[in-house]
Amino acid sequence: MSKQITAWLQAAPMAFVLLGFLVAPIIMIAIVSFWGATEYSIYPTFQLDNYEFLFSSPVTYTVFLNTFKYTAITWIITLLIGFSVAYFLAFEVRSLKWQIGLFLLCTIPFWTSNIIRMISWIPFLGRNGLANSALISMGVIDEPLEWLLFSDFSVILAFVHLYTLFMVVPIFNSMMRIDRSLIEAARDNGASGWQTLRHVIMPLCKPGVMIGTIFVTTLVMGDFITVRFMSGSQRANVGRLISNDISLLQYPSASATAVVLLCTVLIVIALLLRLVDIRKEL
Amino acid sequence: MTTISKVRYSRRSLLKSGGAALAASTLPAPMVWGQETKNITLRQFGTGVSNLNEVATKVKEDLGINLEMTALDTDSVTQRAATQPDSFDIADIEYFVAKKVWPTGNLQAMDASKIANYDKIVGIFRNGKLTPESTIAQGTAPHTVGFVDGPGGTEFVDNESGWMTLIPTIYNADTLGIRPDLIGRPITSWTELLNPEFKGKASILDISSIGIMDMAMVCEAMGEVTYGDKGNMTKEEIDKTIAIFTEAKKAGQFRAFWKSFDESVNLMASGEVVIQSMWSPAITAVRSRGIPCVYQPLKEGYRSWGGGIGLSASLSGMELDAAYEYINWYLSGWVGGFLMRQGYYSAVPETSKDYMSENEWGYWFEGKESTADITSPFGDKLAGAGETRDGGSFYDRMGAVACWNSVMAENQYMVRKWNEFIAA
Repeated sequence: MSKQITAWLQAAPMAFVLLGFLVAPIIMIAIVSFWGATEYSIYPTFQLDNYEFLFSSPVTYTVFLNTFKYTAITWIITLLIGFSVAYFLAFEVRSLKWQIGLFLLCTIPFWTSNIIRMISWIPFLGRNGLANSALISMGVIDEPLEWLLFSDFSVILAFVHLYTLFMVVPIFNSMMRIDRSLIEAARDNGASGWQTLRHVIMPLCKPGVMIGTIFVTTLVMGDFITVRFMSGSQRANVGRLISNDISLLQYPSASATAVVLLCTVLIVIALLLRLVDIRKEL
Repeated sequence: MTTISKVRYSRRSLLKSGGAALAASTLPAPMVWGQETKNITLRQFGTGVSNLNEVATKVKEDLGINLEMTALDTDSVTQRAATQPDSFDIADIEYFVAKKVWPTGNLQAMDASKIANYDKIVGIFRNGKLTPESTIAQGTAPHTVGFVDGPGGTEFVDNESGWMTLIPTIYNADTLGIRPDLIGRPITSWTELLNPEFKGKASILDISSIGIMDMAMVCEAMGEVTYGDKGNMTKEEIDKTIAIFTEAKKAGQFRAFWKSFDESVNLMASGEVVIQSMWSPAITAVRSRGIPCVYQPLKEGYRSWGGGIGLSASLSGMELDAAYEYINWYLSGWVGGFLMRQGYYSAVPETSKDYMSENEWGYWFEGKESTADITSPFGDKLAGAGETRDGGSFYDRMGAVACWNSVMAENQYMVRKWNEFIAA
C-alpha cells in the first residue's frame, strides 16, 4: 500500500467523526437559519427575515457589544494572571517536582463542575455574604457593596476564575520549551531582567499566548450560563439571546444568531492567527 | 375482566386509608374500567410542581400502572410537547401552553363521558365561572382552551362540548412574595414592586409569558397603563409596559431576575430581595428554612395559572384505556389531597377532602385558623397552630383572580420586547 493511502486511511476515522458531529450540524444550523417559525413549529422555506430582524434590531448590537466587552476584559485579566502564574512556575520554581506539583495544584478547582464553581460565588458575594460581612467587620465599608453580585463585576470575576487555567497551561508549555541558554545569553550580554522578559521570553511565548487567547475568546463568546447566573439575568450576551430563542421554540431565529456569532468568532480567530503563525512557531 | 379491575381498585382503597369508604363511593358503580393494566407503562412529563415520584409510586400501588415521570422547566415542557410527540404518552402542561401545543396535533381530545368525576370539576375549568356569580378573569382562562368540537377537533370551542383538551389537575393563584421582617410595613398593592423604597431589592421572573403579566398587574395598579385585556395586549400596551420596567431596571430597581424556582427561593432566603414575583411552593421552601415569608394578597387580585393532563395523539388501545383509568384515579382524591397539602388546588376539591385531615382541609381550603401544626406531605412544618393561610379560603383566593397566564396574539412581538428589556 502506498504511503499516501495509508495516511488517508489513518486520517479517515477522525475526519468522519468531525464531518458527522461538527460539520453536518453546523450546516444544518445554517440551513435552519433561513427557515420560518410559528409559535409552535418551524417550516422549511428560504427567507431572510431572521437575518433582517437580527441586523435591524438595536438589541443585537447592544448584546454583541456586551459580548465583546466581556471577552476583552476577561482576556486582558486572564492573560496577566496566566502569564504571571506560568512565569513563576517555569522560571522561579527550580525543581521539576515542584513545578509539576504546583501545576497540579492549579488544576484542583477543575475537579468540580464549572457551574458549581460559578454558583459558589453567589453566597460569597451577596449582600449578606462573606465578602461584605468581612469588609464591614474590618471597618472598610459601612454599607454592603451592592455591585459585588449581579453585576458586570461578578460576571467577569466568574469568567476569570473559570478560564484563567486555559491561559496558564499553553503559556507554561511555551515557557518550558524556551532554551535556558537563550536567557543566559541575554544576561551575559547585559540585558536586564525586564529586557530579557520583553525581548526574549515574551516573543517566544507568543504561540502559547495565542492558543490561550483562542480558548478564552471562544469560551467567553459562546457562554450563556455564566452571564445568566452571575448577572442575575440582568445582563445579556449573544449566548443568552440564542438560549432565549430556543426556549421559545424560535429555532430559525436562534440559528441565525448562532451563524452570526460563529462568523464573528471565526473572524476574530482569523485575525489572531494573522498575528502569530502558530504552526510555524510550534 | 373489567369488573375485576374495578374491584381490585376499591378493595385496595378500602384497605389503605381511613376515608376509603367515602373514596370508593365517589367512584360511580357502572364505570367501565379498562383492561387489566398491570404491565402498562405510561410516560408522563411536565413541570416539577406536579411530576412527583410519590404520584408514580401510588399509582403503581393502586392501579398497577407504571408511570415514568420526567420533570422539566416551563419552557422545556412546551418545547417537548410541541416538538417531540413520540417521547410521551401523557403531557402535564399549563393551559396557556395548550394554545401553542394543540395546533401541532400532538395531543388528542378526551371524551368527557369517560371521566367519572367530570361533573364535580371546578367551574373555572368548565364554564369559566368559579361560582355562578363570578366574572371571568382576563388572559387565557382555562375553559377557553379546555374544549374542542369533537374527537378530531382542531379549534377550541367556548362551550362544554364533551371533548376536552386537558384534564385539569393543579392550579393556583399567584401574587408577590415578601419578606415581612425586612419590609416592616403592610404591603397591599402590586405597585410596591416598583416602589423606589425597595430599590435594588426587587425581582421579577424572567419567563416572558408570565413576567409580562406580573408587569401588567403593576402598571395597571400604578394607573400608568389601561389594558383592554392584559392577557392579550396590543403592541402599544406592550411597549408602554416594557418602557416602564426598562426605566425601573436602569434606575437599579431590580437585584436580579429569576428563571427557576430555586433561584427565587435563594434570592428571598438570602435577603438579596425583599419583594418579588414568586410561586407558592417557593414561599413554602423559604419558610421551611425558618425565614419569614408571606405570599401577600394584593388588592388588585391574583395572577392565576392552571395545569392539566393531555393525552398524546399516538395513544390507543390498552394504553389509552390505562390513561383514562389513570386520569380517573388522578381526580379521585389522593393526588388532590397530596397537592393541596402543598398549597395548590385540586380540580375536584371535594374528593381530596377525604385524603386530608380536618385541620388541613380547614387551613388550606377553607382559610380557617389551623388547630395544630400544618406539615407538607414531605414532613416539613409549614405553619403552627393558630395560623391562617395567606389570602384566606379557596373562594377568597380563586375568586380574586385578575388574570390568567396566557399566550398573546402579539406573542412574538412581546418576546422581542422582553429580550430588549433583559438586554437594556
